[in-house]
Amino acid sequence: MNNCQNPDNMLENIDLSLVNWSRAQFALTAMYHWIFVPLTLGLSFIIAIMESLYVRTGREEWKRITKFWMILFGINFAIGVATGIILEFEFGTNWSNYSWFVGDIFGAPLAIEGILAFFLESTFIAIMFFGWGKVSKRAHLISTWLVAFGSNLSALWILVANAWMQNPVGMRFNPDTARNEMVNFWDVLLSPFAVNKFLHTITSGYVLASIFVIGISAWYLLKNREHSLAKRSMLVAAVFGLISSVMLIFSGDGSAKQIARVQPMKFAAFEGLYEGEEGAPLITIGVLSAAPGETEAQNVKDFALKIEIPNFLSYMAFGKFDAFVPGINDLTYGNPERNILSVEEKISRGKIARESLAQLKDARDQQDMTTYNRIKEKFSDPEFTDSYFKYFGYGFLSSPESAVPNVPVAFYSFHIMVLLGFYFVLLLMLILVALYRNGIEKNRFLLRMAIWTIPLTYIASQSGWVLTEMGRQPWVIQDMLPTMAAVSHINSSSVQITFFLFAVLFTVLLIAELRIMFRQIKIGPK
Amino acid sequence: MTVGKQLWVIILIKLFIMFFLLKLFFFPDILKDRFDTDKERGDYVIEQLSKPR
Repeated sequence: MNNCQNPDNMLENIDLSLVNWSRAQFALTAMYHWIFVPLTLGLSFIIAIMESLYVRTGREEWKRITKFWMILFGINFAIGVATGIILEFEFGTNWSNYSWFVGDIFGAPLAIEGILAFFLESTFIAIMFFGWGKVSKRAHLISTWLVAFGSNLSALWILVANAWMQNPVGMRFNPDTARNEMVNFWDVLLSPFAVNKFLHTITSGYVLASIFVIGISAWYLLKNREHSLAKRSMLVAAVFGLISSVMLIFSGDGSAKQIARVQPMKFAAFEGLYEGEEGAPLITIGVLSAAPGETEAQNVKDFALKIEIPNFLSYMAFGKFDAFVPGINDLTYGNPERNILSVEEKISRGKIARESLAQLKDARDQQDMTTYNRIKEKFSDPEFTDSYFKYFGYGFLSSPESAVPNVPVAFYSFHIMVLLGFYFVLLLMLILVALYRNGIEKNRFLLRMAIWTIPLTYIASQSGWVLTEMGRQPWVIQDMLPTMAAVSHINSSSVQITFFLFAVLFTVLLIAELRIMFRQIKIGPK
Repeated sequence: MTVGKQLWVIILIKLFIMFFLLKLFFFPDILKDRFDTDKERGDYVIEQLSKPR
């Protein structure tokens, strides 16, 4: 059964098309999955707030409003549920090296997610949908709140797992099994990276759901229908959305500081910063272009247009306006003045770490216990782990430049996300002001703007994930495992087949969601 | 058909496609299928990760 010795199975024979198709498939499924998730995260809380108003005031109108949004929540939940399971299928088939390497780090959070998602969500969602009039008002309300907390808690665990990939902490590598073993669950759960990621992701879902509610309500007002429902819904959603936006901005700032510390290459890439500097400016709006004489297609190094805020990137990264922010060139070719190692040096150290792993296995296979014990000790020695094993993943890279992600993708995804995020704050404020002045029905431009902002929230949300995942390339686990080493050695044509199967399946689901959702919105509340 | 019934039909068809078609025929757990023990799986991954490129 063991085909370890088959040279065909070695990494050097993994072709790029397999890696790229595996990445494309994962991106496709993750992006489609993320169409459904943020609305669930945010709408569940908005519904819980609306139902709380019903229970508190006893007004039937709030019950009618709650039930209407609950139907739209149900459509999104039913069509989106279990789409994330496919990602787990892909781990076992397309990313088996990675799945093995991460070991129980993912096992624990994903098991907790499964339990929470299954027991909390599925139990209380049944009461939420089918329990009207069958359980007390208070019991129904508690169920609705538990659905909201349950869905957000289940998101917590997968986000903790993702944060660990960006910032691996709380584990020890076992060279005998090639698996990472969790040594401190709390370090994994409460790492600042994980906390910021969780808060930033769920609050982005809250803002998306708020604008979803506001946009649909705006449509009713434009059609001169459901005035009471629309205005009350808008008020709840705008207040909830604005509070969430503040949290979104703060958690985004926290995430940026973590990225600057843990993933400086990603940080430099999303600002297109090639040469590091003290008091680095933040580019608010920019258009990348090729520098004079530049031939490299992927990573253009100049700007056709840019509007900057002086010193603000330094502040965003390290909380000081004059702090040094390393650029892509500093991180790629090294900067001894700033104590930054070159990628070339990291590659040579990574190769030593990989060789040590091979030697350990050879010694074990040959029953050479003296050599085995000597090498095994190295993996527990902090000097080896901090100076060599830390760069294990670099041992797979072929050139220093291969440590640089696609700069235009990182740059534009970051700027689209941030600019749209601030636009959403402005829109939410305008909606609140219009509601306060009791003149929202007359402001048809604002109502149309609200409707057209719904797709923009999805673009912003997807851009955030594009930045997260593309900006950290070439890593699947930061500095430890590059994407090309994480894939399974399988036939790339089988990955292509399933890619198109998923594309069809998810597109059908999305069309079904939109058709049922639009029809239900047209019908309106009962 | 009511919206509730429609959604149940979509859920059931989707779960059938995912678990009985995709998982069974297209998504085997590579390491579980190819190897019998965790030691074999670990050795295979070490080979994959440690051999010089």
